[in-house]
Amino acid sequence: MEWEVVIGLEIHVQLTTKSKIFSGSSTAFGADANTQASAVDLAMPGTLPVLNEQAVKKAILFGLAIDADICRDSVFDRKNYFYPDLPKGYQTTQMDFPIVGAGIVEITLSDGSTRSVRVHHAHLEEDAGKSLHEDYQGMSGIDLNRAGTPLIEIVSEPDMRSAEEAVAYLRKIHSIVTYLGISDGDMSQGSLRCDANVSIRPKGQEEYGTRAELKNINSFRFVERAIKTEVLRQIELIEDGGKVRQETRLYDSDKNETRPMRSKEEANDYRYFPCPDLLPVHVEQSLINELMAQMPELPDAKRQRFETEFGLSAYDAALLTGERPVADYFEAVASSAGDAKLAANWVNGELSASLNRENLSITASPVTAEQLGGLIQRIRDNSISGKIAKQVFDALWNQEGDSADAIIDNKGLKQVSDSGAIGAMVDEVLAANPEQVEQFRGADEGKRKKMLGFFVGQIMKASKGQANPGVINSLLNEKLGG
Amino acid sequence: MPNHTIADILRGLEAKTFSSEEITQQYLDAIAKHDSNYNSFITVTAEQALTQARAADTARQNGSAGALCGVPIAHKDIFCTEGVRTSCASKMLDNFIAPYNATVVDRLANAGVVTLGKTNLDEFAMGSSNETSFYGAVRNPWNTDCVPGGSSGGSAAAIAAGLAPAATGTDTGGSIRQPAALCGLTGLKPTYGRVSRYGMIAFASSLDQGGPMAKTAEDNALLLQAMAGFDHRDSTSMDLAVPDYRAGLNKDLSGLKIGVPKEYFSEGLDPEIASAIEASLDEYRKMGAEIKSISLPHTHLAVPCYYIIAPAEASANLSRFDGVRYGYRCENPKDLDDLYTRTRAEGFGEEVKRRILIGTYALSSGFYDAYYRKAQQIRRLIKQDFDEAFKTVDIIAGPTTPNPAFALGEKVSDPVTMYLEDIYTIAVNLAGLPAISLPAGFTKGKPIGLQLIGRDFDETTLLAAAHQYQQRSDWHQQAAPGSV
Repeated sequence: MEWEVVIGLEIHVQLTTKSKIFSGSSTAFGADANTQASAVDLAMPGTLPVLNEQAVKKAILFGLAIDADICRDSVFDRKNYFYPDLPKGYQTTQMDFPIVGAGIVEITLSDGSTRSVRVHHAHLEEDAGKSLHEDYQGMSGIDLNRAGTPLIEIVSEPDMRSAEEAVAYLRKIHSIVTYLGISDGDMSQGSLRCDANVSIRPKGQEEYGTRAELKNINSFRFVERAIKTEVLRQIELIEDGGKVRQETRLYDSDKNETRPMRSKEEANDYRYFPCPDLLPVHVEQSLINELMAQMPELPDAKRQRFETEFGLSAYDAALLTGERPVADYFEAVASSAGDAKLAANWVNGELSASLNRENLSITASPVTAEQLGGLIQRIRDNSISGKIAKQVFDALWNQEGDSADAIIDNKGLKQVSDSGAIGAMVDEVLAANPEQVEQFRGADEGKRKKMLGFFVGQIMKASKGQANPGVINSLLNEKLGG
Repeated sequence: MPNHTIADILRGLEAKTFSSEEITQQYLDAIAKHDSNYNSFITVTAEQALTQARAADTARQNGSAGALCGVPIAHKDIFCTEGVRTSCASKMLDNFIAPYNATVVDRLANAGVVTLGKTNLDEFAMGSSNETSFYGAVRNPWNTDCVPGGSSGGSAAAIAAGLAPAATGTDTGGSIRQPAALCGLTGLKPTYGRVSRYGMIAFASSLDQGGPMAKTAEDNALLLQAMAGFDHRDSTSMDLAVPDYRAGLNKDLSGLKIGVPKEYFSEGLDPEIASAIEASLDEYRKMGAEIKSISLPHTHLAVPCYYIIAPAEASANLSRFDGVRYGYRCENPKDLDDLYTRTRAEGFGEEVKRRILIGTYALSSGFYDAYYRKAQQIRRLIKQDFDEAFKTVDIIAGPTTPNPAFALGEKVSDPVTMYLEDIYTIAVNLAGLPAISLPAGFTKGKPIGLQLIGRDFDETTLLAAAHQYQQRSDWHQQAAPGSV
């Protein structure tokens, strides 16, 4: 039987506010355990939450970016359950009246086709703390630094039909929130986390199959692998006459398998009810207008502009706009280099390869956009050849000089275009290879072209790559043709 | 010292008849000597009180005295006090020392009060008799076989016994007004949002409100002045100007329209209380007020509505007491579930557990619409009853309680009868309105309370009406038989 995969994602995005959603404590990552937990975060008796306005604004920005309705009077609810890293015994979240209503996200697949994924809603909530199970000899430690960090949970409709689509959607959400500057999007630090609802159904059937919820998938790669693994499990299960159970499953990336969480953990009745400590969040149209005016250029618009304004290919433009820091870097290089296509080639080529090799993000690149732009300028004015340019780039990468010009000067890599100097080298090479000169002169037009490469190579070698290839060619033609 | 009011003490301090240290010492001595009869204090902070009193005396000499400089008072042990145990009368918090002050505690401290100690209450303010305290029941100074009312029973008994001139209380369904009525005091529940709830341990967040308890309306005005006002730490506190309550005490009340709900005089009301209330209404007529019969048709739904909403909120508010971060933790938990269940089973008393269970049930999936949502709808109807009434009257008057103080142990085993003691006070919390209880007579030697209910944020009219009645009556000046 042919199966259709149905996927919906719930994405938790930590917002980059300075302080927590309901207290004044810092949200910075990596501090010593419990040093960023105030009386409010610890749920000391009598303490009360006060809503962080910045978190609300960031949530609204996201809503506007996906063309969603903004709820003008959203309500916070209490979701009740006991867990040691949940200090109040309830999570303050939004249930019936989330701040962001239905919206839409466009995704582009590797074959260039596009799809729309509907967002059901996005709501504001507080993150829990962390339970630390190592280092305590059979006991658990609790770190409440993360407790109260603002999150938006973005809930999609079950609109994705493959793991690839799910990853493309996740990447798009990542791209949108980082473009908006509302999250750092760092999955390794848990700034962006993803749960996937996965089911299968016979192709053509309208009714959805029973879904399993995959929890806690913490990288793009694992999202794809976890979904594929789960889909295979469900197909095998059904084809063997079994039934998929509605349950929460954990993805184990080491074993590449999903397995059910203890059923106890999901047998919760969360007893949602409106939080009486917080008033409904009233949003004025004027605030929406103000935020609309602050809206930065979003990935789709930027990609189009790169194509039309810079004449880049769709492929290059998509690569450059996936992440805002890359797009920003590229634009800086293009403007300093004065040639967007060369800039795109270098950013997507040499720079990207080097960053990947050393597992660095572009914001940590040892070569600045200005340095790369300076390098491209020297290519454009023929001061160096493409080959030398790679040497200069490596030198910049290794911090051997402050600029391409400094490295070119120090290492004497400037291209030689002086016909006297090159002429002398041509003469030397021709004198040293009389046999080849003889053969060349006796050869026909077709063969001559090939043989010319030999002489150019020899002269390049003699000039340590610095001789201008154009000048070499014209001198060679002149001297051999005689 | 007996029957000293805050106003008296301020006059004495200003005239240098006594110092704050002297009067504070007198109260501390009285507590040490007599509180074993009443059990009104959980914690007495004698040393701290004397330090504060000496500082107050210095401030007064330097001319930098706050409005209540040097006046000793007590705090209900539900308000967090930095460095002093805040128990909420529960085993759960018997070892809890708050690292911060409630806003109410801070504001009163800024006004210069001296804190004698922390008063007893029903555990987590859940009760109408002060019998559910982990630290034992409180006795009513008017009749020590009787309860003082609750939940602010310790505050009420301490004042009535002359162990403190005034105290703070909190009122979720009548917890200031009912003990004030049963102990012959004046107590005000301010409008929801008038007084910050920060640092006041939550029972039912949408109903809780802190307020003053004292002998006179004037003292209530002085205390409320210091307590009231917007607090950025409490999102439900209102950013409204606080009027000068003392200046408003003599506001002209001629032509004041007083509504008397017919539903408050139906079966279950002690006839002697009914006639005392009628007599007080006559007094208001003589003062130029117009008495009108009104109807609050949803009155009979207030108690059932309250006993869904308050426990529902409480069930979530009390989840934080889990033995993980502070407070009581059971011995040797064998796993997480054991830690939770035994900590809470051992740390909470029966009434608290009963309410957590009711609230958890009311919020459960499948029951939410029938209970919690329905209760919220009824709450709106109750509020509408008052809105309608206030179109034609300025304040509403009636008894505070259907019965005078009852015997210790009499109702503790019958929760529903106990809950019905709050039948006249509960609707006020559901509607968020201000209300005051003031002494209006006696029956068989036990005080009777008159309740006046006002419009949102119109505490001024309530205080004025109570004060001017107290200028023509002496019920509030009677001293309990055993009082100091």
